[in-house]
Amino acid sequence: MSHEEDPKPVTRAVKALGVLVALRAAARAVRSRTTEPPPRPPESEIDPRRRIVPANRRAETLVAGLILIAALFALAFTVIYIVSSDDTQLLGVAMGGALCLLAAACIVAGKFVVPQETHVEERGALLDEEQTGEAVGMIEAGGEGISRRALLTGAGGVAGVAIVTAAATPLASLGPTLKEFHETPWTRGTRLVDDQGRPFRADDIQIGSFYTALPEHGDPESLGAGVLVVRLPASYIHLPEARRDWAPEGILAYSKICPHAGCAIALYRYPTYAPTSQEPAFTCPCHYSTFLPGEGGRLVFGPAGRALPQLPLMVDGEGYLRAASGFHEDIGPSWWGIHRSQS
Amino acid sequence: MNLVERYVHRRFERASRSAEQRVGLAGAVKWALRYVFPDHWSFLLGEIALYSFMVLVVTGIFLTLYYVPSDAQVIYHGSYALLYGEQMSEAYRSVLNLSVDVPAGLLFRQVHHWAADVFIASIVLHLMRVFFTGAYRKPRDFNYFIGLTMLMLAILEGFAGYSLVDDLLSGMGLAIAYSVAMSIPFVGGQLASLVWGGPFPGRSVFWPRLEIVHVLIIPAALALLITLHLAMIMRQHHSQFPGPGRRERNVVGTPMWPAYALRSIGLMLAVGGVLFLLGGLIQINPIWQWGPYHPYLSENGAQPDWYIGWLIGALRLMPNWELVIAGRTVIPNPFWGGAAFPLFVFVVLFAWPAIERRITGDVLRHDLLDRPRDRPIRTAIGAAFLSWVVIVFAVGSTDRIFYRMGISYTTQIHVWRVGIWVLPILVFFITRSACRSLQRAEAHPLRAWQGNVVRRTPAGGVEVLSDSPDRSVPPISEPPVGTLPGSES
Amino acid sequence: MKRVFVRWLTHRSRIPPVLRLSLAVVLAALAAVGLAAPASQGQQSLGGAPSGEVNPPSKSPEPPGPGDPTKTFPDSPALRIEGYNLYQQGCSSCHGISLEGTAGVAPSLRGVGAGPVDFYLSTGRMPLEQPREEPLRNEPAYDRSQIDALIAFISSYGGPAAPTADPSRGDLALGFHAFTLNCAGCHQIVARGGITVNAQAPDLEETTPQQIAEAVRMGPYLMPHFDATAIDQHTLDSIARYVLWTRHPDDAGGWGIYNIGPIPEGMVAWFIGLAALVLVARLIGERMDEPV
Repeated sequence: MSHEEDPKPVTRAVKALGVLVALRAAARAVRSRTTEPPPRPPESEIDPRRRIVPANRRAETLVAGLILIAALFALAFTVIYIVSSDDTQLLGVAMGGALCLLAAACIVAGKFVVPQETHVEERGALLDEEQTGEAVGMIEAGGEGISRRALLTGAGGVAGVAIVTAAATPLASLGPTLKEFHETPWTRGTRLVDDQGRPFRADDIQIGSFYTALPEHGDPESLGAGVLVVRLPASYIHLPEARRDWAPEGILAYSKICPHAGCAIALYRYPTYAPTSQEPAFTCPCHYSTFLPGEGGRLVFGPAGRALPQLPLMVDGEGYLRAASGFHEDIGPSWWGIHRSQS
Repeated sequence: MNLVERYVHRRFERASRSAEQRVGLAGAVKWALRYVFPDHWSFLLGEIALYSFMVLVVTGIFLTLYYVPSDAQVIYHGSYALLYGEQMSEAYRSVLNLSVDVPAGLLFRQVHHWAADVFIASIVLHLMRVFFTGAYRKPRDFNYFIGLTMLMLAILEGFAGYSLVDDLLSGMGLAIAYSVAMSIPFVGGQLASLVWGGPFPGRSVFWPRLEIVHVLIIPAALALLITLHLAMIMRQHHSQFPGPGRRERNVVGTPMWPAYALRSIGLMLAVGGVLFLLGGLIQINPIWQWGPYHPYLSENGAQPDWYIGWLIGALRLMPNWELVIAGRTVIPNPFWGGAAFPLFVFVVLFAWPAIERRITGDVLRHDLLDRPRDRPIRTAIGAAFLSWVVIVFAVGSTDRIFYRMGISYTTQIHVWRVGIWVLPILVFFITRSACRSLQRAEAHPLRAWQGNVVRRTPAGGVEVLSDSPDRSVPPISEPPVGTLPGSES
Repeated sequence: MKRVFVRWLTHRSRIPPVLRLSLAVVLAALAAVGLAAPASQGQQSLGGAPSGEVNPPSKSPEPPGPGDPTKTFPDSPALRIEGYNLYQQGCSSCHGISLEGTAGVAPSLRGVGAGPVDFYLSTGRMPLEQPREEPLRNEPAYDRSQIDALIAFISSYGGPAAPTADPSRGDLALGFHAFTLNCAGCHQIVARGGITVNAQAPDLEETTPQQIAEAVRMGPYLMPHFDATAIDQHTLDSIARYVLWTRHPDDAGGWGIYNIGPIPEGMVAWFIGLAALVLVARLIGERMDEPV
């Protein structure tokens, strides 16, 4: 039994009870004297030690054979590398085969060639009361004769905190200010272009189709760049009062970035026959948040915590689509400092 | 001994002596050669993880010689026809070139990726073994914590690794990771800014940062923790299952030299061999088929590697709750599934040894393991908790299967939002009763137990049942030092 | 009002077929004037209150661009009559005796042209058992000559010519690019299909180039459609070529495990990779001389 820590009183009581029960059982066993077979020793007292030296020529031959074939495979790897280095399958089989064969050789050798031994090792106690006490004493003895221990400890603590803070401060230079998190490349008058830079005309936008637009002269790699453009018949458009002018000719634009987890929304459904199927909607392919383009990007299903941000549009004199302003709220995933839509 | 052997022996002896004059470690070597490893296959799961890590390091060194951590946009003019003329980041191009043009490059990339998948899978299996056999109890609780820390690091490491490629799939994953980082209450913006250097997809500095985290910081931390993990095992010796001659204070098994060393080297080679066979024969992450990432692109059915799958499930299951107070978004939605859920799982795992100590009052050292059935309550709690996580995991990926069965996606989500709480409770009761009936029914399925089952006779004596051996409850070879409620038979 | 109109149409079904056919031709001419007029105008009128139409589809097929190749299906009076008979047996219960549709059940087919008819019938998506059912790929209910007959009959009511695609004229890189931008969000990047909220985007493993062209221009079921400005003929050819390529993509890494990414990969890692290694561990870890 371990003596490392005092068992709790309850455990001690249980053990005492256990001893009592065992004593009673023993007493009864002695009294009854039935036709029991001679008692075997408790399992834990069997001596498991043994050592077998398997003299096994066949196993040795097998191991040698495996090693030689493994060498062949390894050689084949080099040959394949030189002859047809782009054949991943052959290379993989050669290297994998060599390793597997060597593995087999080692395992066979480990089990059938070398001496098989079951050995018993005693586990030392981890806690040595005497040693621990001495170690504690030795550490504490280092402070012998010091009278202003609290002052020194306090000073050390203050210096430690200060140094750690000083070391951590440069971390701040990793990140710039959070101002950029509110910015997108869209401003009033920015033309909507496709991924080849061709500007969209209002006439290009068909009902039942969807378009991925980027800001002309804006960085297409920024999160706020991509917008979805669709045209809806008037019957589907129920925008809030404040957004009445945002959809000229029934053309609507929304940020392509899901306000849930930042994936690009690339599913647009538009019914072939509305009465028997679902209404037009955007769905994010990552977690299936679904938004209604006709209702200001309102969420109808899925985990997104807010509506899809809408980009106000206008059509210029030449018929090109332009942003009527930037986004009125932050695009992308929600966070502590996000500016949410007021409407 | 023939002449050659005698010669070899003399050379070896001389070399050993020469080394000993310099390092003086013969005592330690002798100790190590006799160090005993208990025999049980389940003790090798951790070794599989260790050897996978070694394969990861070796193949990773090869890959890092080719990788370019840069988001500079370039036009591809390489040999892969489908992407000719396509705009992509330099990072993606470097991995594309590695996969298409570098001799054996694709093999090493695939082996590396398979090794990562198997590495974390074997850690999880190892964790399950440790949990269900009670191996985390004193004195191994420290080592259990180290193991859990390594699991967290391994998951992060894997995610960072496949994110480096900047293909369509990993780009979507990074966008979600960014959203989860942003969603951390109060400091999310600062944190994301710290990691990405600015709003997603981040400034150019993000890529070297991600690379250094993947190739140096986390691997170094893992290597350090692995060393600690093994050193502590050596100090305490392995735990073992009860059996003939096995007691709390000894360890019975195969000594290191020669049999165990050969077996372990065999396992190492087998890990390498299986991973190379996988890497050569089964395609993993064909980035040339996914194409490069741009923030405005996405694809259907995008999934993370399996060890992130539980998070996508949690993100999908979560209702659209978002805590907004006075216009401030205190808890954005991705926080629940992407941060709070894994945090909770790991907090429970870290706290479990203390929780069990509190319940059982058992503060003693244990070197003999429990069979899962002998601790029905612990096993049932573990199985229920595991099923809870596994269901969330499954929800992240089985949508298409259930859809094909005619169950609409909305129905699936609504069903699972209930099922996630009901099924684990069922699992708890089923596991507990299974453990108890196993306990009653028989001994170890593989090892005959030496003993008899006795019955009290009306006269006050005992009689031995005729079908006694093999059908009895094994006694715990030393007095139990503490039991979970309900485990007494 | 609509119901009265429908009943009136139903009543007319007793008129002999020949007379009806001539009427159909007149109607087709009307439809050609009314529908095949400038596409954008026609579409804008669709959304609001459909005035002259009974039961229009919510989106109409986009015509091929000017000068683009079209698919011509066989046509003859005999074929139209056969098509008429097939239509009355298999389609009219929902789409109406004279293609006018049934409110709340099925759209009018007047002026849809040959493309949608060919697409829905050759992929087995029509006829549906229930009007609200999701049309899914199936064994076609009609053979090719019957489909041609139905096309001849329905397109006699007018509508745009059927688009077509020639993969051999396409550019694989352009096809990959356009597919990524426009199609992968639903159909998955290697065209293995996907799901959305309560509908699925099919895989494209059996789709013919002709069906691809028709689907892109018409947008079957919930799929958006794309006109010749959004996806021009060359891009359409290229997409078709890319889709054909995805049947046998270059799986340089070995077995492609369906090219859908991490889900099968995770299964292989656990059930092949780790399972094999656990088996090895099992062999190593148990001693042979132990009682078993």
